Amino acid sequence: MREEHIISGRMNPLVDPSLNIWHWQIPLYLFVGGVSAGILFFAALYYILGKDKETPAAVRLAPLAAPVLLVIGLGALFLDLNHKAWFWQLYMTLRIESPMSWGAWTLMVITPVSVIWCATWIKELRPGWVWRYSFLDDLEVFFIRYRSALAWIMLIFSVILGVYTGILLSAFNARPLWNTSILGPLFLASSLSTGAAVIMMVAKSHAERDLFSRIDLMMIGIELFMIVHMFMGFKASTQVQIDAANLFLGGPYTGVFFIFVVFLGLLLPAFLEILEMRGRKIPVYITSGLVLTGGIFLRFIIVYAGQASRYLY
Amino acid sequence: MRFAMAVDTRKCVGCSDCVVACQTENDVPIGYCRDWIVEVNDGTYPQLEMEIRSERCNHCTNSPCVRCCPTGASHYSDGGIVLVTPHKCIGCGACIASCPYDARYPHPKGYVDKCTFCLHRVKEGLPPACVAVCPTKCLTFGDTDDPRSEISLLLKKRKFKRLIPEAGTNPNLYFLI
Repeated sequence: MREEHIISGRMNPLVDPSLNIWHWQIPLYLFVGGVSAGILFFAALYYILGKDKETPAAVRLAPLAAPVLLVIGLGALFLDLNHKAWFWQLYMTLRIESPMSWGAWTLMVITPVSVIWCATWIKELRPGWVWRYSFLDDLEVFFIRYRSALAWIMLIFSVILGVYTGILLSAFNARPLWNTSILGPLFLASSLSTGAAVIMMVAKSHAERDLFSRIDLMMIGIELFMIVHMFMGFKASTQVQIDAANLFLGGPYTGVFFIFVVFLGLLLPAFLEILEMRGRKIPVYITSGLVLTGGIFLRFIIVYAGQASRYLY
Repeated sequence: MRFAMAVDTRKCVGCSDCVVACQTENDVPIGYCRDWIVEVNDGTYPQLEMEIRSERCNHCTNSPCVRCCPTGASHYSDGGIVLVTPHKCIGCGACIASCPYDARYPHPKGYVDKCTFCLHRVKEGLPPACVAVCPTKCLTFGDTDDPRSEISLLLKKRKFKRLIPEAGTNPNLYFLI
């Protein structure tokens, strides 16, 4: 029998007995950042494809949620900091090795761009809208002229935002559960799925809802594949990663992960979407709500379980 | 110059003197510590084996904490010592999550704090506080780039291990076994 313990009574707050440095703020940010990335990606994509007439909810209506969600996310990130008064140090440097650094800069780009994007559509969404100051009219004209440039910026930065939320975690080799490169693509797929869910919710035409329901179904399929793939990879890897996988395969996170993420967040909405495709009437709020719930649970579970996974020690 | 520390697990008795010396020297807040003692008991009675290790930050050559720091507050200082600049640290906790040794903690004032190998003492030619007080002289601090330093000679003579080298951190704490 081998017993290993700290006998000098180390009990550093938030670190011992097991890492507990990140709480609700980080997973909440990962979720809202992911949803906004998904929304902005589809808005930019369908605008660039020239389909903004066929998909008005994706291009004009849903993006209104993105700045709100991004600001909530930024607020959560700020609350997470322990040394809040020095937060501006993030923007004094760009460190390419640190995903958190370029993620912070990505937010700095995509948040204002998302606000501008919404502002260029506001007169179409609300006929009779008048800007309080005349220079805003000039700015609006300017940005409407360069809308496709905005769309390209949004397309690129929304993918970076969606994938970075996963890469942020996968860069930590000290936490074996996070230390898998599949986490970036998995979170990106979840971003696109939750973004599509929001568009489904606000879409007014049946055709648009149907389109995003199909996209969502595809993303759910990809997510399921990547989750299986992730566990296969862990199981075939080193002892620490086998232990990380076992947190979900019989360990303390098994129930919550398979019930809330896999069943309620992926399998059930996929089933409802298939039923809908076959002509059944399913209230869209149920399907979208389940997808969003699954997305938020995925972030929370990965962040918390990752802190519980560690090296043999 | 490459500062490192050797811990003789055959000499360490686990008295925790190094822990207290560090807390006093570095004004470590109450309830926190930058170094700690790990006791490993292996086997079943009467075939028992015990190993005692005085542990702290490994001042890794390839530090995940320096790599993930978004502001550059975590950095390499003289002789590869890993330090945190408090007025650059935003307290995001990334470095704490990135450390496989759990050697860092958030200081109550907000920034992240950790072992400094007592760089302020080393600059004056003094050994780190933990090394200075060790009653069994089990701790050796020095420059491993200098082949004639005490630590280099010790590492040539004795068998040693490092903790979690498979994490790819290239740690600079050597445990003599």
